[in-house]
Order: sequence, then C-alpha cells, then structure tokens
Amino acid sequence: MSEEESPAQRVAIGISFGNSYSSIAYTSGEGKAEVIANEEGDRQIPSILSYVSGEEFQGTQAKAQLVRNAKNTVAYFRDFLGQDFKSIDPTPCHHSAHPIQHESTVAFKIKDKEDDTENTVTVSEITTRHLRKLKNSASDYLGKNVNAAVITVPTNFSDAQKDALSKAAKDAGIEVLQFINEPVAAVLAYDARPEAKLADKNIVVADLGGTRSDVAVIASRGGMYSILATAHDYDVGGAQLDEVLMDYFAKEFLKKWKNGGDPRVDDRASAKLKLESEAVKKALSIGSSANFSVESLSKGFDFTCSINRMRYETISSKVFATFVRLVLNVVEKAQLDPLDISEIILAGGTAHTPRIASSLASAFPESTTVLAPSTSATAINPSELAARGAAIQASLIQEFETEDIDQSTHPMVTVTPHLARAIGVLCISSDESTGVFRHLVEAETPVPVRRTAIIATPREGGDVLVKICEGTRVIKVTKPEPKANGKAADDSDDDEDSDESDEEEELREKTYKVENVLAEAALKGLSKGAKVELQINVAADLSCTFFAREVGGKVAVRGGWKAPGKA
Amino acid sequence: MTTFQIGLPLPVLSADWSAPTESKTLTAATDRNIEPVGPHFLAHARRKRHKRTFSEDDRIQAQTNVKKVEDEDAGEISEPEDPLMLSRDAKDWKGQDHYAVLGLSKYRFKATEDQIKRAHRKKVLKHHPDKKAAAGGTEDDSFFKCIQKATEILSDPVKRRQFDSCDENADVEPPSKKETQKGNFYKLWGKVFEAEGRFSRNQPVPKLGNDKSTKPDVEHFYNFWYNFDSWRSFEYQDEDVPDDNENRDQKRHVERKNQNARRKKKTEDTARLRKLVDDALALDERIKKFRQAEHAQKNKKRLEKEAAAKREAEEAAKAKEEEAKLKAEQEVAEKAAKADGKKAKEAAKNAAKKNKRVVRGATKEANYFHSGGAATAAQIDSALNDTDLIITKIDNEELAALTAKLNGKKDPTEIKQIFLDEVKGLVSAGKLKEGEAKSLA
Ligand SMILES: Nc1ncnc2c1ncn2[C@@H]1O[C@H](COP(=O)(O)OP(=O)(O)OP(=O)(O)O)[C@@H](O)[C@H]1O
Repeated sequence: MSEEESPAQRVAIGISFGNSYSSIAYTSGEGKAEVIANEEGDRQIPSILSYVSGEEFQGTQAKAQLVRNAKNTVAYFRDFLGQDFKSIDPTPCHHSAHPIQHESTVAFKIKDKEDDTENTVTVSEITTRHLRKLKNSASDYLGKNVNAAVITVPTNFSDAQKDALSKAAKDAGIEVLQFINEPVAAVLAYDARPEAKLADKNIVVADLGGTRSDVAVIASRGGMYSILATAHDYDVGGAQLDEVLMDYFAKEFLKKWKNGGDPRVDDRASAKLKLESEAVKKALSIGSSANFSVESLSKGFDFTCSINRMRYETISSKVFATFVRLVLNVVEKAQLDPLDISEIILAGGTAHTPRIASSLASAFPESTTVLAPSTSATAINPSELAARGAAIQASLIQEFETEDIDQSTHPMVTVTPHLARAIGVLCISSDESTGVFRHLVEAETPVPVRRTAIIATPREGGDVLVKICEGTRVIKVTKPEPKANGKAADDSDDDEDSDESDEEEELREKTYKVENVLAEAALKGLSKGAKVELQINVAADLSCTFFAREVGGKVAVRGGWKAPGKA
Repeated sequence: MTTFQIGLPLPVLSADWSAPTESKTLTAATDRNIEPVGPHFLAHARRKRHKRTFSEDDRIQAQTNVKKVEDEDAGEISEPEDPLMLSRDAKDWKGQDHYAVLGLSKYRFKATEDQIKRAHRKKVLKHHPDKKAAAGGTEDDSFFKCIQKATEILSDPVKRRQFDSCDENADVEPPSKKETQKGNFYKLWGKVFEAEGRFSRNQPVPKLGNDKSTKPDVEHFYNFWYNFDSWRSFEYQDEDVPDDNENRDQKRHVERKNQNARRKKKTEDTARLRKLVDDALALDERIKKFRQAEHAQKNKKRLEKEAAAKREAEEAAKAKEEEAKLKAEQEVAEKAAKADGKKAKEAAKNAAKKNKRVVRGATKEANYFHSGGAATAAQIDSALNDTDLIITKIDNEELAALTAKLNGKKDPTEIKQIFLDEVKGLVSAGKLKEGEAKSLA
C-alpha cells in the first residue's frame, strides 16, 4: 500500500497545533468550517501529554497532572520540533518535564511505561503521540478514519521544523497536505464566510497565544494574500497575564496567611496557583469579576479571593501596552501607517481579553476595524481562527494529487511581482498638483491584475481627460489651530477640564501624491450625466492596457504602456 | 473583484490637449511570495502553471530576489561576554550595565524594542539554567537573573528611561579646550551633543553641523540647546525605601530624602548642560566667523557711508566753488558792462552836446528864423528858447537825426523848414502844443 492515500480515500481535517493548545476542525458538506470538540468536550485542547503508570493522558486531563505529576507531563513542546538543543527556549517547561539534549534533537526523560523506568522520548515522538490523539478525536467525531490534514504553523517556522512536523504527523498516520501560515489561516477563515466581500485591504493579524505572540501585516488583494512584515515576541503572551495574576493572588494569600509560605516558591503550590490564575483570567474575559478558589493552596491553607476586571486591567496594563506596541511596531516595519490598516484580526486565546482589543482600537484610527469578540459582534472566536482556516484550505485541496499540491505551492507559482505604487486616475483637474488621485490598483498588488471603476464626469458631460498615474500614499498631518485666547487655560478652570483640552490631536489623513503619469486619453462628446467605466489590466511583465468607455454610450478609447526595459 | 465607484468627476479636456507621444513605464515591482492559500490562489496557480512542472533549480531561481519578511537570526547582536559580568550577582542589579548584559553595549539608548527582544532571546537560549542543568551543569542561575532583570528594565519604557537617565556608559565627556583646539571641534563636540540629545523631549535634535553650516542653522542649534527640554530624571539612584509597613516614619524619611536628592541632581544637571553649551559656544569657530563677518559687514557699511559723505561734501564744495566762480565772472561782466554803459553815455552825452551845438548853430545860421534884416534881441531870445524847447522835447536819437538833417545846411529857409517840420512832428506826437514854439509858428 502506498504511504499516501489517493485523493479519493482522503479524509482531511485542519489542525492548529500550538505550544499551549491545539484545535481540530473540518468542513461540513455546505463548506462551513467547524471546530471539533474532543471526548472531554474541549475545542481548545491543551497540547500536553501526561503519563501515569503507563497510561497516557492528553489535553485538560494531562494539564491537571501538572500539579502532582509534573515530571512525567510534557507541555509546550511544539517549538522544539526540528531544532537543536542550543536553539530552544526551555522557559515555558520549567514546571513540567524539562527538555534535554538527545543526539541532534530535543527529548524528554519521562516514565511513560508501566514499568516505572525513565525513558528518553524525543520531541518528534511526543508530537506523534499528540497528533495521533487529535486524529483519533477527529475520527471518532466524523465516524471516518482521518488520514490527512492541513496544519498551521507560525510564519517563521523553518523548513527543518516543517520537515520534522511532517514526519511526526506521518508517523501518526496523517499526511500533511500543506502547511499554511497561522495568520493567513485566520484571514482565510474570515474571507470564507458567505457574507465576506472581496476588497483590497491591509490587514494586521495579531496572534496572541500562550507562550508567544506573533503579528503579521498582510496585503489582501482580490482574495490573494502577501505577508508584508512579521514580528514574533516570546516574552509576551497569555503566560505573562497568568503571572500577573499569580503574583497578585500570591500576595493576597500571604496577606491572609502569614505562615502560608509563598505559593510561587513551592512547585506544587505554584502549579495550582497557575492553573487557577489562568481560569480566573479566562473568566475575566467575559465577566466583570471572577473568583479564585484553591483548596490547600500552600501548606494546607485553602484560599479564595475575588478580583474584578478593573483591578485585573490595572495590574496587567504593562502587558497590555506591550501588545499594542508590538502591533504598532510591525505596522511600521511594513513601512505602513496605522491609517493604511483596514482591519486588525485578533487571533489566539489571549485575544479574548477585552482590554487588549479596546487598547488596540484606540491606538489605531477609527477607520481600522478591530475584529475581536469584545469589539465586533460578527467576530469569529479567536481561538478557532487557525483551525478553521486550515479546515477550509484542506477542503479546497484534498481532491488534488500530492504532486499537484507541491507544484502549485512551488516558488515558480508563488513568487510574484508586487506593484511598488498604486495605479489610479486623476479626478477634478488634469493638473497633477491640484487634481485628486483615486486609485484603482493598490500598491503591493500582485500582477497580473485587473481592476475596473465607474467614474463620474463633469455635470455637463462633454470632453474629458483620462489621465492614468502612479501614486504614492502620503499622510497629511494637520496641526490643530491654536485655541482662541478666550479659552486659554485659566487658573479657575478645574484640572479635569484643562487636562482634556490640553493637547488637541493633530488631524492625520491618507492621501495620494502623483509620482508618474503613465498614460493620457481623451473621451469626447460625453452626454450629460454620463459615467465612465475604466478598466486597467497590468500584465505579469508590468505592461498594461486600459480601456475607457462611456457607460451605455458609444464613446470609447483604449491605450496602454509597455513593460519596463522594453521601450 | 467588484467594480468600484469613484464619485469625483474626471477632469475636463483642455482645448489644447494632445496625446502624449512618449510612453512611460511602471516603477519596478517587488518580488514577494503570495500565500498559497484560498480559492483565488488556486485560480492563480492554475493560470500560472499551465500544466508545467517545475524543478528544484526553478525553485532557487524563483527565490533569488524575493523580499524577505522574516528577520534573520539575531546575529548582529553578538558581543563577547565579559567573564566578570557572567559572575555578577543579580541582587546588585542597580549596579549592572543592562545593555552589556544583553550584549547591546554598542546600541544603548539607540537600541530598538525589537533589538532588545531579540537580544534577550539570544541570551535566554544560551544561559537558561534549565538547559545548563539538563546538560549536567549546576543550576547556577545568577547571570540568568541578571538577564531577566536587564530585560525587565529595558523593555519597560518608564524604567528604561530611568536607567537611561543614569547610564554613564552612554555619556560622552566634553573634550577639553586643548583637545578642541587641535582642530576636531565638530567631531568631538558632535558626539557630545548626540549623546546629550538622547534626553530631549523634542526629537529629532538638531545636529552640531560643520564649518559649512549656515548662520541660521548654527543659531537654531544653540537656541535649541539653551532651551533644552530634558526628560532626564534621577530616581534610578534613589536609596532603597524600606518596604515593610512597620517603620512608616523611616519610610517617609527616606522618601523625602530621595525626592530632595532627585531635585538637586536635576538642578545640577541643568546647570551642567548649560555650562557645556556655553563652553561649546565659546569654542565654536563659526561664532567668531559669523561675528567677524558681521563686523566686516558693519565696517563695510560704515566705510560706505563715510565715503558717501565725503563724496557729498566734495560735491557740495565743488558746487559752491563753481557758484562762486560763476558769480565772480558775472560780477566782472556786469562791471564791464557798467563801464561800457558809462562810456556810451558819455559819448552819447558828448554827441548830444555836439548835436545841440549844431542845432543851436543852425538856429543862428537860419537867422533866428527871422526873414529880412538882423533879428532883434527878443527875436533871438525867442528863437533860442524855442530851439532849446525842441531839444528838451526830443531824445538823443531824434536829436542826432535832426542834427543829421541840419548838417551842412546853409540856407535859412531850408533850415527853418527843417525846424518847422520838427515842430510839426512834435505837435502831432503830442509833445508840443500848437503854437508853443512861437518863433516857429
Ligand atoms: N477566554 C480567554 N480569555 C483570556 N485568555 C484566554 C482565553 N482563552 C484562552 N486564553 C489564553 O490564551 C493562551 C493560549 O492561546 P492559544 O490557544 O492561541 O495557544 P497557542 O496557539 O498554543 O499559543 P502558543 O503557541 O503561543 O503557546 C493561553 O494563555 C490561554 O490562557
């Protein structure tokens, strides 16, 4: 039997495999992606395996073992795959099995068999076991043997890491049809909704996970996606928010039980503290307050304590600010302005946090939509975005031969020239300095491309000029008019008032500057109230043809320009 | 793609428009990977593949110019680690050079947030105690704690500023007068101002420039530094405040002490910077140059003014002289004229005298207008009176004319007739009354 299932026998799912959590999703007959709950009813399945007397536990059950059986519990291992020991960060594994060097790879020493001996289990083997569990959960749910998947990976996952993951999946009986980038999966999940409209826009995907945060700026052009910039931050994620709460509750505990001992110092106490802190954190994403309650937290002392959202947001404000800076930095790295960003998709478990979404919304202009549960009623659950996107992609390609998929994702196909500048038309005046540039094709659009616009004409109709130009986006900054003297900060004004009016914000607008006139054409004798349809076609070699005509009329003109270097 | 609407009208075609002849081309495009994801990509792939098969060579070929979006490894951040630093105790974190701990000594206040993150990660990968323990080493995590502390401070904007405020390693001592005068003013002081500029609330900070800088630039530079708005503060050097609740008074005391110390240091720092700017200004050759230029400018103006005044004075003097000369000449001329007039008058007078004598002589010649015999004394008297009367009534020219008529005449009748005509003329001119000259009536 061949190792790869023929397309006809394939049962493919989407898998999101994170360091903290994994999700599995499939696409229903109607093309709708659904995230599958495992036997325990979890849709976010902790990426954790634990062994008790040879019995293997996964997910939430395994996570619970972090308290009593930390040494035989393997967690936060995804990023170790395909890496040598030198280049891994063991920080997240401090309270579970520690990674060790094993030959050229990473492994864990655990008692995973009944006989109580310590075995060295490679990260590849751990991954295989984890994926096998996921596959089984999906197979049980679908009633069919799942044998293929699209798996999401971070944008900086190296080829070596992908190869290792591919092999581990194969060992679990899963053919990896394709690896797709996590942020792109999130965009696809949104774009695959029936109500979604194709538009040219720049999107930021902020994937805020447990052990890391990844941000990508993506140019979305006619349903095709290109990554413009990324950033990865391993120092800020859900774990940092857990820590803030752990510190808080530990201090509260110490206030109450002077002899209780610091729960952060003792391994078992700190594991309990962490688990409950994470639960409190999640509860605070929905409720305005939450209860911390652990029996025998430390030295036999029980502890209950409640916290409201305001307090939580205050003590976490530094972490929140870091998220916002991270996002702003990537936009800058992409050489864009916040005004260029139409949407911010918040993905990853930590994206449920309302304050992160609202902080981002206020750091960006009003024209930027923040897609998160707390800021948008139509937002998709951020924890499910990657798995859903993977499931949609799986349904798109599961019919193809493996060779076909390989060839279609080949750089010969994916590497594409992207326009350096926008292409558009001058309106109102034919003079480049007074005319208003309106784009048809945005910068960073891959070629070939075709765009069509319907353009108004002067009220009387007559003869018009179609002047096609290249333009660059400029940000126009208008400083506020200095306040009239009458309302100058007066001593009698109370503080609150003067604080507000203290510094008025400057007005920032997005406009275009004409860089280069590409072509001109005349349309003569338009009727009163006529509209002009203009179509621009840019070929892969950057040559172009355009076609302008009066809508419903006879007047028409065509033109174009050559590819560079072919004068 | 749906067609989109542009609500602004196309421009009106101007009457003199003609289609451009030269054709332009698009700006060179950027090669990027499009993500092989989604239905639209599949359509793209179908079009682009055309059932072709690509090889490994094609892969390499296609990828040569692709714009990278993932950062390379943090390779740029690699400084040798000082063994002394590696054995530091994290408890003494205030004394530690956080930038050196992360291997960012070169960058310091200039390090970006991203650089700090990547430097931190690199250090974590290298020094994580769990890794050392797993490799059979000791679980000595003191340097790791230093790393964590350094990151905690440098990635917190507030704490980082506090540390940067007191980061002596980023200070550039101003050069001495001697050093400066060796001729490296711009290089030496430029560094000093660049370092000081990190404390400025207003960015970017103007640069010192060079000997070609314009006067307004230099003035702007010093104005900026004399009105420097600094965020520098000194809480990093605070004395530790006891954090138990027992000793409130002691706590308050230390806090107050810290407040005062901060204020004092801030004042000193402001004064230090002021002096620094004073020193630079004093050594700045451009200031001298500008002053000289200004001086020269002023001098030039003065000289010009003086010259103008001189010229004016000279011109005035000349004019005066000329006027005087003219006047003198005029006087001479007048005098001469006057003298001439006198002579003429004299001559005229003499001529008149002579003429009168001729006229009177003619009267005598005409026998005092008496026909027949000798004239009586009364007749003579009357004729002479009338002759004088005529003479007084006529001017010199008429007298000359009369004289000319009488000249050489001997015939008394003829002479008398001339006199009679003269009287007639005078009467008709209204100068004599009819019969006034009795002897000639
Ligand atoms: N409702 C919620 N509110 C706040 N935080 C949440 C919520 N749900 C999950 N999280 C947090 O999200 C984090 C997990 O994110 P995610 O599911 O994206 O994991 P992941 O992709 O495996 O992350 P990574 O690989 O970075 O560790 C955890 O820290 C978890 O506590």
